Amino acid sequence: MAEKISGAESLIRSLEHSDVEVVFGIPGGAILPAYDPLMDSKTVRHILVRHEQGAGHAAEGYAAATGRVGVCMATSGPGATNLVTPIADAHMDSVPMVAITGQVSGPSIGTDAFQEADIRGITMPITKHNYLITRAEDIPGAIREAFHLASTGRPGPVLVDITKDALQAKSEFHWPASVDLPGYKPTTKPHGRQIKEAARMIVEAHRPVLYVGGGVIRARASVQLRELAELTGIPVVTTLMARGAFPDSHVQHMGMPGMHGSVGAVGALQQSDLLITLGARFDDRVTGKLDSFAPRAKVIHIDIDPAEIGKNRTADIPIVSDVREALIQLIPAITAEFDAGRREDLTGWWRTLNNLRETYPIGYEVPDDGSLSPQYVIERLGKIVGPDAIYTAGVGQHQMWAAQFVGYEHPNTWLNSGGLGTMGYAIPAAMGAKVGMPDKTVWAIDGDGCFQMTNQELATCTINNIPIKVALINNSSLGMVRQWQSLFYNERYSNTDLHSHSFPDFVKLADAYGCLGLRCDDAANVDQTIEKAMSTNDVPVVVDFRVHRDAMVWPMVAAGTGNDEIQFARDLAPKWDRGDE
Amino acid sequence: MARHTLSVLVQDQPGVLARISALFSRRGYNIESLAVGTTETPGISRMTIVVEVDSLALEQITKQLNKLINVLKIVELDDESVIARELMLIKVRADLNARASVLQIVELFRAKVVDVASDAVTVEATGSHDKLEALLEILAPHGIKEIVQSGVVALGRGGKGIGDRAIRSADRPA
Repeated sequence: MAEKISGAESLIRSLEHSDVEVVFGIPGGAILPAYDPLMDSKTVRHILVRHEQGAGHAAEGYAAATGRVGVCMATSGPGATNLVTPIADAHMDSVPMVAITGQVSGPSIGTDAFQEADIRGITMPITKHNYLITRAEDIPGAIREAFHLASTGRPGPVLVDITKDALQAKSEFHWPASVDLPGYKPTTKPHGRQIKEAARMIVEAHRPVLYVGGGVIRARASVQLRELAELTGIPVVTTLMARGAFPDSHVQHMGMPGMHGSVGAVGALQQSDLLITLGARFDDRVTGKLDSFAPRAKVIHIDIDPAEIGKNRTADIPIVSDVREALIQLIPAITAEFDAGRREDLTGWWRTLNNLRETYPIGYEVPDDGSLSPQYVIERLGKIVGPDAIYTAGVGQHQMWAAQFVGYEHPNTWLNSGGLGTMGYAIPAAMGAKVGMPDKTVWAIDGDGCFQMTNQELATCTINNIPIKVALINNSSLGMVRQWQSLFYNERYSNTDLHSHSFPDFVKLADAYGCLGLRCDDAANVDQTIEKAMSTNDVPVVVDFRVHRDAMVWPMVAAGTGNDEIQFARDLAPKWDRGDE
Repeated sequence: MARHTLSVLVQDQPGVLARISALFSRRGYNIESLAVGTTETPGISRMTIVVEVDSLALEQITKQLNKLINVLKIVELDDESVIARELMLIKVRADLNARASVLQIVELFRAKVVDVASDAVTVEATGSHDKLEALLEILAPHGIKEIVQSGVVALGRGGKGIGDRAIRSADRPA
């Protein structure tokens, strides 16, 4: 008979079997038994964070940077509910994550016991799947399934809630050889006939566009994407979640589409006759008003989640598949079409697109009062730090500028909260990314609003030798909300002034956390400040860039309007070239 | 918008009903009727769900349901080839003067009386939605004191069960 071990030991052993190298978490009453054997694990490192939300976003950042499953742990009740935001975030952005929470003992469930919350019920709509485990012997199976579910198919968060008495009870440890999930069979290989039809449609299109979403990054399909793009000469747009999936420097890259996308990318979609949609989901921030989105385009939609196909936009050719697998089959199918002499000339299409991007490049106005331009800071950061670093962002203006001006060349180097739009993501996500990729420089580009939601993790970074760098784009406001107030609420700035050019003193705050704190409010000093930050690698660095507060994110498709109504700058609509339609 | 009857095989695990009903509510779809029970296979339950939606919404519902890990199979039972029944208990006013007339209606509808009191009878009726509606309409003038009604349960006609491989799941393309 095998030796009996506690549920807590089973849990840690299960994490070891799942090749977990790091867990971000905070102990508390119900999860306490798990923390005892965790202390002895030779392979699982635990990083004690300062807030469970930080643990969740760190797990997301780790997952998004490495492609592995991120793990976070918290106790019952408030510990678990503090994970709700990052779990919802991971659900929206398809981040592979396993969240482990302690629960009150089985007999106490349902009695409103101390620190009891029905976290399984709470997280049902925001997890790919979740478990409430009340018996020690069920722990290994649940952990095995959780990692399998989180990392396969469309990735996502899985929560395993374990009662305290299950953690304390003894049972034999059996690591299941396989998972038995009869209701879970993701389709990963494309249908051959659909691939052939797609190839035919692609070679016949006059104005095709590769509409690339975050699924290409999750599926590790960047190489195949580039091969397809270069084979066909078709223009590429990468959504906010897909920045880095295709090199920004590539001549076929038209930029980011959507609410703050480039005129070239938005125009390409709007004038297209065929959208080759790869791991993207026709999100409202990309499509604008749905009925005027790419009105003349047929749609090939490749996605691993069948529910995304036809959800917002009808697909003419639906292909349920891992996008990498689909591209591997699509490339020879298109080559065969070309070999048979079927190929359209895209010269006219490229003339239109080149004209668009030359006329309306992504740019910005430098404020005339001598104050620092936030776009300039981010542009210089991208130039000096380069495309091999990892960049994270919070949510708002700085996020959009970071998406527009850094310049990405590689997948998994741009980490942000796209679907949920979670302010406070940047710092803990950067921490998680740095833990997963310790040899990479990791910059969190953050706003002063976002930063004040999660900056306590700087203590975690300093203490655990996780030297991230923070470019604080401090405009003393909730900038994006302020922008909307400027544009749509007659410049009535209700509750968007954070006064963060006065309080807190971010340099002192950085210092208090054991970080190097720097300040820069002059364009002439931007480069040397970034270089100083780059040369400091023993502690985290926080740079307080005090920037102009009235800078706005352009271009913009106002909410509720169609993409054709994109404004290149305030009150300035681009002139569409409809030349050869 | 049309009525659709979905037969859903699920793993009989704690929370599965909550997962399904919550999915309908958060995606904004109304459940008209829902019935759950065990099946011929231990560990597997069958839900019969009736929804009134257009075909696009129906496609989303089946696809989203299929993403639930505990859902094994979904089949839409079309009106032509389905046996659908619901059960209704009706407490109808029936004093000595009216009783004969009420009993006659009960007989016509092949329903049965399961309880009698001096001023009322309780009728048990099974049948299609339309039949029960008709019964209620006829009984209404007598005065209906109380009704209770089950969800629809439904099976496809013919020799095959929905567990059979030959029966295609609703969201799978051909």
